[in-house]
Amino acid sequence: MAATHETVEQVRALAEQKYKYGFTTDIDAETAPKGLNEDIIRFISAKKEEPEWLLQWRLRAFEAWKTMQEPHWPKLDYGPIDYQDAYYYAAPKLKNKPKSLDEVDPELLRTYEKLGIPLKEQAILAGVEGTEGQAPAIAVDAVFDSVSVATTYKAKLEEMGIIFCAISEAVHKCPELVQKYLGSVVPYTDNFFATLNSAAFTDGSFVYIPKGVRCPMELSTYFRINQANTGQFERTLIIADEGSYVSYLEGCTAPQRDENQLHAAVVELVALDNATIKYSTVQNWYPGDANGVGGIYNFVTKRGACRGVNSKISWTQVETGSAITWKYPSCILQGDNSVGEFYSVAITNNRQQADTGTKMIHIGKNTRSTIVSKGISAGRAQQTYRGLVKILPRAEGARNHTQCDSLLIGDQCGAHTVPYIESRNRSARVEHEATTAKISEDQLFYCRQRGLSEEDAVSLIVNGFCKEVLKELPMEFAVEAQKLVGISLEGSVG
Amino acid sequence: MATTHSTPTGDTAAARPYLDQIDRLKGELPGAALSRVRELRRDGRERFAALGVPTVRQEAWKYTSLRPLEKVAFEPATAAAAAGTHIDVLPTVRPAGQTGPRLVFVNGRLRADLSSTDGLPDGVVLTGLADALSSHADFVGERLGRLANADEHPLVALNTAVLADGPVLHIPRGVVLDDPIELVFVSAAADGRATVFHPRTLIVADPLSKAVVIEHHVGPGGAPTFANHTAEVFVGEGATLRHYKVQREQTDAFHVSHAAATVCRDACYDNFILTSGARLSRNEVHAVLDGTGASCHVSGAYLVTGEQHCDTTTLIDHARPYGTSREVYKGAIDERARAVFQGKIIVRPGAQKTDGHQLNRALLLSDTAEIDSKPELEIYADDVKCSHGATAGELDDEALFYLRSRGIPKEEARGLLIASFLAEAIDEIPEEPVRDAFAAIATGWLAARRGGAR
Amino acid sequence: MIEIRNLHATVDGKEILKGIDLTIGPGEVHAIMGPNGSGKSTLSYVLAGRDGYEVTKGSVSFYGEDLLAMEPEERAAAGLFLAFQYPVEIPGVANMTFLKSALNAMRKHRGEGDLDAMQFLKLVREKTRSLNMTDEMLKRAVNVGFSGGEKKRNETLQMAVLEPKFAILDETDSGLDIDALKIVADGVNALRSPERSMLVITHYQRLLNYIVPDHVHVLAHGRIQRSGGKELALELEQKGYKDFGVEEAA
Repeated sequence: MAATHETVEQVRALAEQKYKYGFTTDIDAETAPKGLNEDIIRFISAKKEEPEWLLQWRLRAFEAWKTMQEPHWPKLDYGPIDYQDAYYYAAPKLKNKPKSLDEVDPELLRTYEKLGIPLKEQAILAGVEGTEGQAPAIAVDAVFDSVSVATTYKAKLEEMGIIFCAISEAVHKCPELVQKYLGSVVPYTDNFFATLNSAAFTDGSFVYIPKGVRCPMELSTYFRINQANTGQFERTLIIADEGSYVSYLEGCTAPQRDENQLHAAVVELVALDNATIKYSTVQNWYPGDANGVGGIYNFVTKRGACRGVNSKISWTQVETGSAITWKYPSCILQGDNSVGEFYSVAITNNRQQADTGTKMIHIGKNTRSTIVSKGISAGRAQQTYRGLVKILPRAEGARNHTQCDSLLIGDQCGAHTVPYIESRNRSARVEHEATTAKISEDQLFYCRQRGLSEEDAVSLIVNGFCKEVLKELPMEFAVEAQKLVGISLEGSVG
Repeated sequence: MATTHSTPTGDTAAARPYLDQIDRLKGELPGAALSRVRELRRDGRERFAALGVPTVRQEAWKYTSLRPLEKVAFEPATAAAAAGTHIDVLPTVRPAGQTGPRLVFVNGRLRADLSSTDGLPDGVVLTGLADALSSHADFVGERLGRLANADEHPLVALNTAVLADGPVLHIPRGVVLDDPIELVFVSAAADGRATVFHPRTLIVADPLSKAVVIEHHVGPGGAPTFANHTAEVFVGEGATLRHYKVQREQTDAFHVSHAAATVCRDACYDNFILTSGARLSRNEVHAVLDGTGASCHVSGAYLVTGEQHCDTTTLIDHARPYGTSREVYKGAIDERARAVFQGKIIVRPGAQKTDGHQLNRALLLSDTAEIDSKPELEIYADDVKCSHGATAGELDDEALFYLRSRGIPKEEARGLLIASFLAEAIDEIPEEPVRDAFAAIATGWLAARRGGAR
Repeated sequence: MIEIRNLHATVDGKEILKGIDLTIGPGEVHAIMGPNGSGKSTLSYVLAGRDGYEVTKGSVSFYGEDLLAMEPEERAAAGLFLAFQYPVEIPGVANMTFLKSALNAMRKHRGEGDLDAMQFLKLVREKTRSLNMTDEMLKRAVNVGFSGGEKKRNETLQMAVLEPKFAILDETDSGLDIDALKIVADGVNALRSPERSMLVITHYQRLLNYIVPDHVHVLAHGRIQRSGGKELALELEQKGYKDFGVEEAA
């Protein structure tokens, strides 16, 4: 089909597609020497003035990591990673620890401004279609390389008993909560990357929502890798106590660099009785250029435990960045009647590779899970959906529905679907559907007959394809995500 | 810490007894004069020694453990035992009193006394491999080992290392066989000795020919048997080959089979496997659609109970444009049985306009039954239509209630619903006598189930 | 004014249209009737510019412009509208979004500015009211889960909003019962105007009781075999197409 051919050509022409977050910030950084060993771990731990138990925990993880092998099962093709050739600690040099936002280095504030992240405590005027008046405020924790540089709205949230701060701060502020829950969902021996993170994590966000509290604003962490040759190993821990609710947003970008950078994060969520956590990610790490040079290697372990009855954890992700993505946000449905959800749009273009999906482990009775995955491959990208639905014998009445659709644009890319479905309870009902297709000729012609250009038609159809997922995002994020869908496929969808 | 992206190997220690058997059998195998056959066997042994017995650490065997094999000391089948085994009744899909072309194998060895090739058109070859290695040496030598990949599949390698006998069928160009060909495989542990054997099947359908092949796998039981089948099926341009199999061995049998088919331009390959036997079974079907417009239907039904383990693994490889594939599997799993379904569809670059569809639906009939499904799509072409579906669950309560409210007793109602559930797969068989015979076997299984503990 | 001259077209290398001549003046409604396989739908796709329909000979002048040289969206912007026999489903895209994108694309083509959400909503409400429709349909995804009648009504609404100079109605009656047919025909009749020409393609005379044409043409074997007034349709109803070498009841 000539039209598709053109589209493919345009994707190619857009090879040097502008990644608008590719700038670097010129700021003095303090880095630990390259490589990872016990000394570096002690150094990181000391920098954070951590208690002994945490240092010991890190060291145990490091011991375990040395015996582990990088997983080879993902459908990803990349050269060997030299884990000793990266910096494990980089922090912007701060003369004194800033006590308020006013004391934060203006260069850093400018960086976040440039990224469109509000680090000011004020209502932001909506540039948002369809919303009227002011958009709700968002509390932001900004993580720059290895440290959290600012957290907004802390005081306001504290009035309600909500703790939202850097995890390094939480270790001092509420050590009992951190000690109780850290590693309780993703143990330090979990997998190669999570174990590496457990040994070397530098910062990340911590959230605690007390009993019965509905968090009044979206909480958000914004991750930025700035320093060259630096790995980012952040650790996020969110605990929603009984009957509470929180919606959490995560965004990420990195400068455009020719070498690959490693990002191995761990996110742990704990939802107790009747609690709900909604976790949304727009992942826009630098994807590398058209020839696959540079870009972030993103190896992330995200897992939520629905510990309590009627608890709910919902993951929504829009993945457009990274050279390599390895990521399976999962739900362990322990509490009876608990609910897990996974909504994902993953777009890979040029030479990007993504192996992503979810795991839903049904343990409790009447647990329910929904998986909606929409994958779009263009250019020479390879994308795999990998998912596990596991129904354990006690999960009486469990339900799962999985819908997994792939859209291919051009004939050089690949889309793969690898679901694992394991059921050991007869009253459970598990349904999995997957389709792979391209944009149909009929649809394109219909749109063009109504006057749309081919590019607009493709864009319209792709956004329609993703809609089930995009509608799950909070409004502030949805607009960003929709734009991102456009930018990521620019040339192929206009 | 550079990483090595290697797959874990199998259990090479567990391979030891089989390697010893290979070395002992070596002198007795037919066709030793043919260099190609000698090479095949030598390479097969080498690969098997290197690959070892598959383990659950390997992705392809994630859900099926061959550990139970290790607990049995299998002896290689002997020609004398095969010849001496008494067979009462041979299974058939034909109406009573009718006969037709048929080969009977006991422990993988042809029993000419029970076989018949009467009425086959001129040019059709239907015989045992041991015989064909001398009577059709060139024909067989050229084709053996071309499709079944011993490099990747350890049990194919093991089969190849000792290939000796099994069915050979050649249908020449344009020949249409109206009468189905029946292949009967009897697994018999002579004198109560655990027995292992490795039958090798070769089917060659030349361009524009057509044939229907029905395999029956049975065994009287008494002691464990381990049948390790490998089949190679060539379907030439415009040919149609319908390949059906029913496996009803006793529940102390191990049954592993690997069928590799290549389907040429505009040709059609049908495969249907009905499984209700064996303690542990694995049916692997690999079909390569290697010509424009080739099609295949690979379907089946599995009915397992007790401690049975039944694994169905399929690979449909769309290598050329305009191919169509359709898979429909249905399973009923009772008591403590476990079923595994792994189905993969690959669409190679350039295989545009591929239309691939796959469905696996499993019914769990007890609280301890288990189903593990892994339907996979691997797609490298953009102008394709591919889908798969998998479901697991129990019978529809509402339907059951509806039937009971009309006066049908509970167990009978369940039986009816299970039968109609299975029919969706069995109806995929276009050959009426085969379809009816398979449906009758499924009905028999259901009746036995109802008549049992419940 | 649309002038089709000696139009030949092939599909998959097979000649389907074998020399069509047809002139449609402003405000005129022409009907093309013909048996299955006569080339009716091919004509509509050729005029709308679908890929795979290759014109091998002849010309089409659309208000003085060379229609055949244009891309499908350019034809749409020039004022050609095809009401599809089988309207296409586009999952996830709201009808409203679709229509707004289409209208603004055409406005842009004509050098006019975009309508904003409010202006657009006002326009659409007006049109739905004039067609006796509710705007419930606008919130749903384009044609997804629509009944046969809803799909055809949706086509009519799109025509009302996009205001073409020339509308081709391809088998608008297919899949409709008589009640649904009346509703759609009422909509189409409401859109008749001295500036708008229409080409109604149908297999059955029935539709022409409701959308009364000025001229009727019989298409068979890739050519217009006969032309006449609306009475020709009635004649076909009685005699079928056998005079044209086709054994089939009309």
